[in-house]
Amino acid sequence: MKTLRDTAALLGRSMRHIARSPDTIITVTIMPIMMMLLFVYVFGGAIETGAANYIDSLWPGIALIAIATGVSYTAVRIFFDKQKGLFARFRSMPVARPAILWEPVLTAVVSNAVSVAVIGLAAALMGFRPRANLAGWLIAAGVLALFTVALAWLAVIPGLVAKSVDGATAFSYPLIFLPFISSAFVPTATMPGPVRAFAEHQPVTAIIDTLRALLAGQPPGSAVVSALAWCVGLAAVAHGAAVMVYRRL
Amino acid sequence: MSKPAIKAEGLVKSFGATQVLRGIGFEVAPGEVFSLLGPNGAGKTTTVNICATLVRPDAGRVSVGGFDVTRQPGRVRAAISLTGQFAAVDGLLTGRENLVLMAKLRGLKRGRELAADLLDRFGLAAAADRRADTYSGGMVRRLDVAMSLVGDPAVIFLDEPTTGLDPEGRLEVWRTVEQLAAGGAAIFLTTQYLDEAERLASHLAILREGRIVADGTLTELKQMFPPAQKEYVEKQPSLEDVFLAIVGETGQTGQAGQTRKAGQAGETGKNREERRPT
Ligand SMILES: Nc1ncnc2c1ncn2[C@@H]1O[C@H](COP(=O)(O)OP(=O)(O)OP(=O)(O)O)[C@@H](O)[C@H]1O
Ligand SMILES: [Mg+2]
Repeated sequence: MKTLRDTAALLGRSMRHIARSPDTIITVTIMPIMMMLLFVYVFGGAIETGAANYIDSLWPGIALIAIATGVSYTAVRIFFDKQKGLFARFRSMPVARPAILWEPVLTAVVSNAVSVAVIGLAAALMGFRPRANLAGWLIAAGVLALFTVALAWLAVIPGLVAKSVDGATAFSYPLIFLPFISSAFVPTATMPGPVRAFAEHQPVTAIIDTLRALLAGQPPGSAVVSALAWCVGLAAVAHGAAVMVYRRL
Repeated sequence: MSKPAIKAEGLVKSFGATQVLRGIGFEVAPGEVFSLLGPNGAGKTTTVNICATLVRPDAGRVSVGGFDVTRQPGRVRAAISLTGQFAAVDGLLTGRENLVLMAKLRGLKRGRELAADLLDRFGLAAAADRRADTYSGGMVRRLDVAMSLVGDPAVIFLDEPTTGLDPEGRLEVWRTVEQLAAGGAAIFLTTQYLDEAERLASHLAILREGRIVADGTLTELKQMFPPAQKEYVEKQPSLEDVFLAIVGETGQTGQAGQTRKAGQAGETGKNREERRPT
């Protein structure tokens, strides 16, 4: 009860942050949109995906890149709250402990949902035509939200321990890179052996395959199970590690 | 004397190889203002952070409001408020929103009324609905102190609360401290301004090299230091004389000189204020 109340109070604060510094969302969306333009209008002609509409198969990868970029701001937010002493202020108050860390994680879900929606609109202008039904949309949104939660918990750790802003964001670079070594942009079958093995067994591929199927209005099959398992597993591990780091502050 | 609001015994704390506290203890009763003095790096902030549940002591115990800070931190947090050495306000929120947030986090219903009252008292009414990152350094500090007073905590920690404030702001903080103490709150104050301690503190302690090297009421300290042989000094020693006598007592002039600067920390404080990122 108290945890919910405190989380809501702290979320109110960060919702105002999002509304008052929209530049964060612009920064997060601009790079993925540029990439989308590049892939569709420059490389698109040369990549054989078998899909009728390249942007339909491209979009999930772009969305994941946006989320990976977006969670770097989660680390930055925590870093600055800590540096400005706000974090210590909350910690010295009768605030439910989980609320203090769930605030930035849930904030990441909201701000990344906005970013992904913006990128979805941009894609729609470029011909993105998802054919998912309501259930498909809900599952797709759920997978994206879970992926965000997992990465945001991961981001809490550098946010808490970093000594500089650059240190706080560095963790996100490999995450942004992961979709490139997956089925996001080119079929994994074209990759050399070891790379292909990695690509086919990393979480991003399962998530991409799930989203692609759902948005095409098809059943996602076993990919959705593996995508959810990856997200929940990663979230649980990152959450445990983040709480451990937090306790030792 | 009533049951102590803060009682610390044998506090020891090191950061890596730096031994910061080597066994200090003190007591503060409700209605008292306790001032902890000491040169930069003496461990004042560390002591405050231990009492405010932010840092674990390596040894020793502290009870605040009757609760042990390491075993019942939640109960302690409900009883205290902390104004840290550096102002901690949310720059993207307005002054009013910052105060209302504090009220919400303390589970208080009348947040807006409390906020309006504090904004008035701290001369921030005109700037109430402006984002705090547009405030001057002194305004931020006033807001910071005001935020700590939401909910009338019984034990109040003020770590250099007047650093960077103009004379009027300082006076307002002083009056507030006096009122809060008169209302029964226990106040733990650290300061670099010795006149501030002299005016507010009902008792003081001087921290040096990890130990409390002097404590007592102002009158008691004045009787102890400086040594009586200076009979040609006609004027009563000020607290500053006492402080310098203690802190510089081994005759390390360098240290005494540094401390003196710290004692006149108007400028030091200002620089700190300006280094704060926005
Ligand atoms: N988190 C930390 N890690 C390492 N060393 C620390 C840490 N916090 C404090 N110290 C060290 O402990 C000592 C005491 O610091 P503290 O901030 O308590 O001093 P202070 O008396 O408040 O000084 P000031 O008057 O400058 O505010 C300093 O040497 C400082 O460098
Ligand atoms: Mg200090």
